[in-house]
Formats: sequence, structure tokens, C-alpha cells
Amino acid sequence: MSYLTLSILVPIVAGVILLVMSRPEQVRTVRWIALFGAVLGFLVTIPLYTKFDMSTSAMQFEELARWIQSYNINYHVGVDGISVLFILLNSFITILVVIAGWVVIQDRPSQYFAAFLIMSGLMNGVFASLDAVLFYFFFEAMLIPMYLIIGSWGGPNRVYAAIKFFLYTMLGSLLMLVALLYLFNVSGGSFEILRWYTVPLSHKAQILLFVAFFFAFAVKVPMWPVHTWLPDAHVEAPTGGSVVLAAITLKIGAYGFLRFILPIVPDAARTLTPFVITLSLIAVVYIGLVALVQKDMKKLIAYSSISHMGFVTLGFFLFSQMGVEGGLVQMISHGFISAAMFLCVGVMYDRMHTRMIADYGGVVHTMPRFAAMMVFFAMANSGLPGTSGFVGEFMVILAAVKVNFWLGFTAALTLILGAAYTLWMVKRVLFGKIANAHVSELTDVSAREFWILATLVVAVLVMGLYPKPFADVMHQSVIDLLSHVARSKL
Amino acid sequence: MNPDLNLYPVLPEIVLLSAVSLLLIVDLFLTDANRHISYWLAQLTLLACTAVTLATWPVAGMPQIVHTFNNLVVDDWMSDVLKIFSYVSVSLALFYGRDYLKQRGLFTGEFFSLALFSLLGVMVMISANSMLTLYLGLELMALSTYALVAMNRDRRECAEAAMKYFVLGALASGLLLYGMSMVYGATGTLDINGIFTAIYNGKANLSLLVFGLVFLISGIAFKLGAVPYHMWIPDVYDGAPTPVTLLIGAAPKLGAFAFIMRMLVTGLQGMVADWAAMLMILAVLSMIVGNLVAIAQVNLKRMLAYSTIANMGYLLLGFVAGISKQDPLIGYASSMFYAIAYSLTTAASFGIIMLLSKKGFEADQIDDLKGLNQRSPWYAFLVMMVMFSLAGVPLTVGFFAKLVVIEAIIGVGYYTLAVVAVLTSLIGAYYYLRIVKVMYFDAPTNTSAITVRSDAHFVFSVNGLALLVLGIVPEPLLALCYRALHVSF
Repeated sequence: MSYLTLSILVPIVAGVILLVMSRPEQVRTVRWIALFGAVLGFLVTIPLYTKFDMSTSAMQFEELARWIQSYNINYHVGVDGISVLFILLNSFITILVVIAGWVVIQDRPSQYFAAFLIMSGLMNGVFASLDAVLFYFFFEAMLIPMYLIIGSWGGPNRVYAAIKFFLYTMLGSLLMLVALLYLFNVSGGSFEILRWYTVPLSHKAQILLFVAFFFAFAVKVPMWPVHTWLPDAHVEAPTGGSVVLAAITLKIGAYGFLRFILPIVPDAARTLTPFVITLSLIAVVYIGLVALVQKDMKKLIAYSSISHMGFVTLGFFLFSQMGVEGGLVQMISHGFISAAMFLCVGVMYDRMHTRMIADYGGVVHTMPRFAAMMVFFAMANSGLPGTSGFVGEFMVILAAVKVNFWLGFTAALTLILGAAYTLWMVKRVLFGKIANAHVSELTDVSAREFWILATLVVAVLVMGLYPKPFADVMHQSVIDLLSHVARSKL
Repeated sequence: MNPDLNLYPVLPEIVLLSAVSLLLIVDLFLTDANRHISYWLAQLTLLACTAVTLATWPVAGMPQIVHTFNNLVVDDWMSDVLKIFSYVSVSLALFYGRDYLKQRGLFTGEFFSLALFSLLGVMVMISANSMLTLYLGLELMALSTYALVAMNRDRRECAEAAMKYFVLGALASGLLLYGMSMVYGATGTLDINGIFTAIYNGKANLSLLVFGLVFLISGIAFKLGAVPYHMWIPDVYDGAPTPVTLLIGAAPKLGAFAFIMRMLVTGLQGMVADWAAMLMILAVLSMIVGNLVAIAQVNLKRMLAYSTIANMGYLLLGFVAGISKQDPLIGYASSMFYAIAYSLTTAASFGIIMLLSKKGFEADQIDDLKGLNQRSPWYAFLVMMVMFSLAGVPLTVGFFAKLVVIEAIIGVGYYTLAVVAVLTSLIGAYYYLRIVKVMYFDAPTNTSAITVRSDAHFVFSVNGLALLVLGIVPEPLLALCYRALHVSF
């Protein structure tokens, strides 16, 4: 069994074991099994990086087994430089999510941890799939645990948010299903994604396929104007749910652009580039402005996520190595930073049970260690050089300026906007006089919370100061991808 | 032996008929206290039928398609597969319904014998090779179910449902018979293969055939519950005792699938363009109306009734793909897979209603599932699998069922139809999600302990898990459907 299969199965098996242990007196065991499953799940993914061959763009750690012969559907998994990092990121974030929910979740903890672990395995499956039906299988199945997480452990409006989340994403993916089945037929009965890269398609077919794929992935990213499920889902989800949503689920949308849209319908992608770039810039600028006026911290970070993901799609559609790699680096970096930001809000929410900015003020006086770290993450979120947030944004802006100065200029507005909304929020929440009696009673982070955040500080700093290990993995695969994009399939 | 009197192919029917007769006599001598003997006799009969069907399965080298009784009856792979799943669904209805029937005074020999008679009707229909046998099977099934629906005669809803079902059912049978008479008039034969040959040789009067076809399709659409012949479904599903609802909802759909395969696909193969177009209209209407109206339901049984209507729409899509020049069997096989997957799913969906019901209490409102996760996480999980299977979400067999029928229609180039199918299934997802929401996100209003017989608990668990297992490894069942149709047609 390859490491990839293990990375999918280990968390799922751990989750299934947890589901059986639903008695209240088993809580302690449940937590430790969850942590053990998450850590083991991460450990089996480490060889994916250490044994990764950076000199090739071919799929690695491949595994192929017959699944549904009648339709030539296979269990075919493998990773290249584009997908491998997300599997590591996902497994890493899962550990943090488990620790973050350690004592906070008192209501049905076994189901809570099980849902996260199963979802983690399913998402690894999404990144590893090389068979379209397998991909779709994981892509849709992961909605189930997320639906239950938001609906069961969420805020007051959780049911609305959960159903909206499910239906919105399902709408997109169903259209994609039609596209997948169409490609199955025109490719002579194959669901191999890599084989579809060379299937000739007419321009009209490409445009229609583009629309179907684009809708599926744009909802997930999410891009303006199909982003409205995200603020609801983020606000209502429990902290762990928000972290996974922002850090991993959104990345699946962007990953879909690279795995499906660019190589399979390159001509349509080139034709529709202005359209995608416009939507991306709207996300960057307009959603940035929307973030500025938010009163709810989680909502603010949710809009900030949309704005940052706009950068990713912008980078992809510049069709240059710098742009695509910038987008990918931004995705990984945003995985760390958004996770950290949501965890910070979670730390405060667990104490105050409010997410409203107005309810806070002067937190730094009572929680100095926490405040230091939150300021650091806020700086990273606004793209301070030296943090991981800077690297990706800088690469994308550079690539954009090469294409068109004003394009780069507009994209660069994010540096101002991002700093404005993040730092203004930090100022109102952390600094100033102690706002009320509740704030004055706050206790600083516990050891558990400290180590979660500290781990992320290290990750953000390492990636910001020395991004080479991350970028090196991508090079060959990105070059190969761009060669597919450059080749017409007409 | 005279080949026309070969009883081998109808051995399961003979076993069933003899067993029901025995059951009727034995039941006369039983008191209510040991009525369970009749119950186990019925279950044993189903087991025996399964054994006989498996034992008479044609092995390699033997003729795979056997006709008997002067071509009135045919025994092939398709009939064997469909029969086995019909036994399963009736057996499930009996398992789930045992306590339910007892508490309502319906735990009687008549119930078991009528249920088995309706199964016999389904079996005759599945094996029919002549319009005569087709009609006989259909009527045997229909008459038994009319009586079953009416069994709880003291309840007004039951009486009303039975009346509606009978009047409309009789009308539909009349239409069907009328259509058959016209096909007979046009081709001069009742034999299905004879009809095919007559059309193939150009000996049939085509305008008369098309006219007859319309009536045939009306009749079959009524039995399936496809829009616009669906009005009886919600009332009957709601009014009938739940085990009867399950009996109507599962096995007869497999019978109706066989009916289409025999009558339209085999007999009227020459008119495929005509009937495929008619079925397409029925399919689209069913998907839209069924899914939309289901949203408004607060009664779980009515919601499942509309969900049935919608699901019959998806089932018909596979037949629409029958116009394929390359391999029409792909479409039919996808419909067969859909029918079997649906019968397993629907059995579990009505199963939970029976398991949660108590004496004097019907768990047939959506709100009765409130907080099920806190009362019984295992049942909540299984019902969630049922709902996601009906919605066609991966991890469950319903996903592959939808995948294969949509693949079939995309294979013949009906892209708009495919988009309609996926969009309506999105609408459907909303009300299935609502059930999951009630179970997982709401607090229970009824905190009484759930008491279920251990055998029903076991069977329900297997039934629910089967949806998950078939959703992860669907290949055996898919391959079986293909193989069955390839060998049979």
C-alpha cells in the first residue's frame, strides 16, 4: 500500500473507530485516539515530501487498482508537485484542529473528532485522485462531514449556514459531473484525468466544459459573486470547522483550476482569461473593502480569505511560471495564516463567547502572550515581508506587472487593503484601554493553545524567510502544466 | 420430456404458490398466540424461493434463456436477478413490520398470504413472455395490494387510500389492456417475440401500434407512479400501513422495470424512437414535479412518496438512452441498477418508520425523527445513509445509480436532459438534507427509548450498511446487471 493510500485511509479508519466510542465516560480515550490518528495520518505523509523526486513532473507514488470495471473507473492515485504539498498541509492542519477542539468540545466529542478525521482523509483523496470519478467521489463525500460539523457544533444560525454550504457546493459539483461524463464519452471511455489532457476538443465544447468546471471550482474557491456561502459558513462553523474550511477546502477549488481547467480546456481558458482576471480583481479589491466594514471578526477573516484567494486565481490565469507558483505559494501560506487567524478568534471566543469586535478592546493587557502572536499573524495576513504572506503575493504582483502595469497596480492594492482591515481589527480588539469587565477577567493562553499557535508562527516564519523548499517541489510540475496550457487542443 | 411442459423455469413460482396455499391452511389452525408460525413460514418460503432460484440458475453450457408453456413464460438471467431482489424486499418488509403489524392487529395469516401473492404477481410479470402473462402477473400483484392497503379497514385513511388505489388502478389496468388489444390487433400475436418479428418484418399496422403504445405507456406510468399518473402515490403511501407501503414501493418497481424490458424493449423494439420520446417526457415531469412537491411535505411517508415519483423519473432515463445505436443495453442496465439500488434504499427508508413506531403512535412525521442522533446514533447514521443515497451523494449506492443513468443519457447526446437531471437532484438534496438536519441538529422532542426486536435491528443494520458498501464497491452489482441483460437480450 502506498503512502498516499495510507494518508487517505489512516484518518478515515481512526474516525470510524471513534464513531463507535460514543459513551460519555470514554471522552479521554476518544481524544487520545483522535490525536493518535491525526498524528499518524501526518507521519505517513512525510515520506511523500522526503522521497519526492523534484526533477520530474510525472506523477509519483502512483497506485492503480481496478474499481468499477464496467465503466473503466479505477482507484488511481498519485501526486505531482502541485498536489503533494496540500496533502501535507491538510494532514498537518488536522492535528491542530484536533488539539484545538481538545477540551472545547463537550457535546458529542467522538462524533466531532470522527467527522474531522474522516473529512481529512477524504480531502487527501481529493488531492491524490487521478481518476475523475474517484476525484468526484471524494469531492462530494467531504461535504457530508462538513455539513454535520457546521450544523451540529456551530453558532445560532448554523442550520441555515450548513444547508446553504451543502447546496451551494453541490450545485457546482453537479454541473461538473455532467462535464466529467461528457469527457468520458469523447475520450473513448476513460476517466483518467491525465489522458484528458491530450483529448482534442472543439472551441465550443471547451467553453461549455469551462463553464461547468469553473462553476464547480469557483464556488469552492470562492470567487465573487458565488462567494456568499462562505461568510455564513465561516461565522457559524465551530473554530475547527472554520480552520479546515479556510485552510483546506478553499484550496480544493483552486487546485481544481490547475488539475482540470487549465490543462483540459486550455483554449477556453485563454479565451476567458479577461473574465477570470476581472472576477479575481473584484475579489481582491471589492471584497477587501467589504472586509473593512465587518463588525464580526470571523466574518472579517472570511472576507479576507476570499480576497486572498482572488490573488490565487489571478496568479493562475497569468499563465506564467511566476504567477502559477505565486498562486500555489499563496495557497499554502494562506492555509497557515487563515488557520492561525481563526484559531486566534477561537481562543478569544472560548473565553468571551462573542465574536463582535465592539465587545473587545485592550486584550493585550490581560493576554499579552496571545496578543503578541495575534499581531504576528495579522502582519502575515497583510503581507509583511519575512512572513509567508509576502512571498506569494509578491510573486503574483510581479507576474501581473509583467503582463500589464495596471493589472499589477490593482492587485497591489491588496497590500494596502489587507493591512487596513487586518490591522484596524487588531487595533480595536487588542489595543487601547480595557473595554469592559469581561476583558479585564481574561486569562492568557493555556499551554495547549500556546503550542498550537507557536507551531503556526514557526511555519509562517520559515515559509516567509526560506520559501525555497516549497517552491522547488512545484517547479517541474508547473512548467509541465504551462506547456499543456500553451498547446492548443482544437 | 415435452419442452413446452418444462416446469424447471417456473419452479420458484410453484414453490411460492404451494407454500402460500400451505400457509393459508396452517394459519386456520393457529391461535393468535402462535401466529408467529405463519410469519416464519412466510420468511421460510422466501428463503426457499431464493434457494430454488439460485439452484436453477443456468450454468455455463446450459441454455441461458428457457421458454416454457408455449412461450408464455421465459426464464433468463434478468428474471432471476430481479426475482431475488424482490424476495429480499418482501422479506425486509416482513422483518421490519413484525411488531408494527402486531400492535395494529394486522399480524394475520391473510397479510402474509396476500404479501406473498403480490410477490407471485411480480414474479409472473418478471418472467412473462406474452402480453397475457404480463397482464395476469400485473393483476395478481395489483389485486393483492389493493386488499393489503385496505386491511386496516377501521382507519379512515386506509379505506380512502384503498378506494383511490383500486379505482385508479382498475382504470390504469383498463388502459393497459386496451393498449395491448391494439398491439394485438396490429401484430396479430400476443407473444412478445412474435410482436417483435411482426414489426421487424413490416407486417404491423404502425399507426395502430403507436396508438396502442400510448395506452401501454399510460398504464405502465401509472404502475411506476410517473407524472402525470402519479396522483395516487402520495395518498396510498400515506394511507396504507407502512409495511404495505414498503411492499408497494419496492418489489412492484422491479416488476415494472421488467414490464418495460419485456413489452417495450423486446416486443416493441421497432418503435424505440416513439416510446423513448414518451418516456423522456414522463421522466422530466417526474423529476421536476416529484422533487419540487416533496419540499413542501411535513409527513415523512408523503415526502418519500414524492421522492419515489422523482426517482422513477431517474429510472426512466436509462430507457431513454435505449435509442443508442452502439449499445442500448448500457442504458437498460443502468436503469436496472437504479431499480435495485432504489428498492434497497426505499426498504430502509420505510423500515425506520416502522422501527420507530409504537402502539398507537405512527412515526410518520418528519418531526418524529428529531434528535434521533441523541436517541440512537446508529439509527441516525443509517438513516443518513438512506437519505444521502436517495439524494445521490457519494459514499452511498444512490450516487452510482445516478451516475450510471446520467452517463447513459450523455452517451446518447442528451446534454440538456442530463443538466435537468442533475439540477432536479439538487432540489431533491434539499429535502433529504432536511431529514439529516432534523436528526442531527435538532433536540429530540420524544426521548422515550427505542425498542426494536433484535432480528429487525440486525436486518436494518445490514440493509443500511449495504447502501454504504454498495456505494464504495458497486462493481459486483453493476456487473451483475450488465451480465444479466447481455445474457438475456
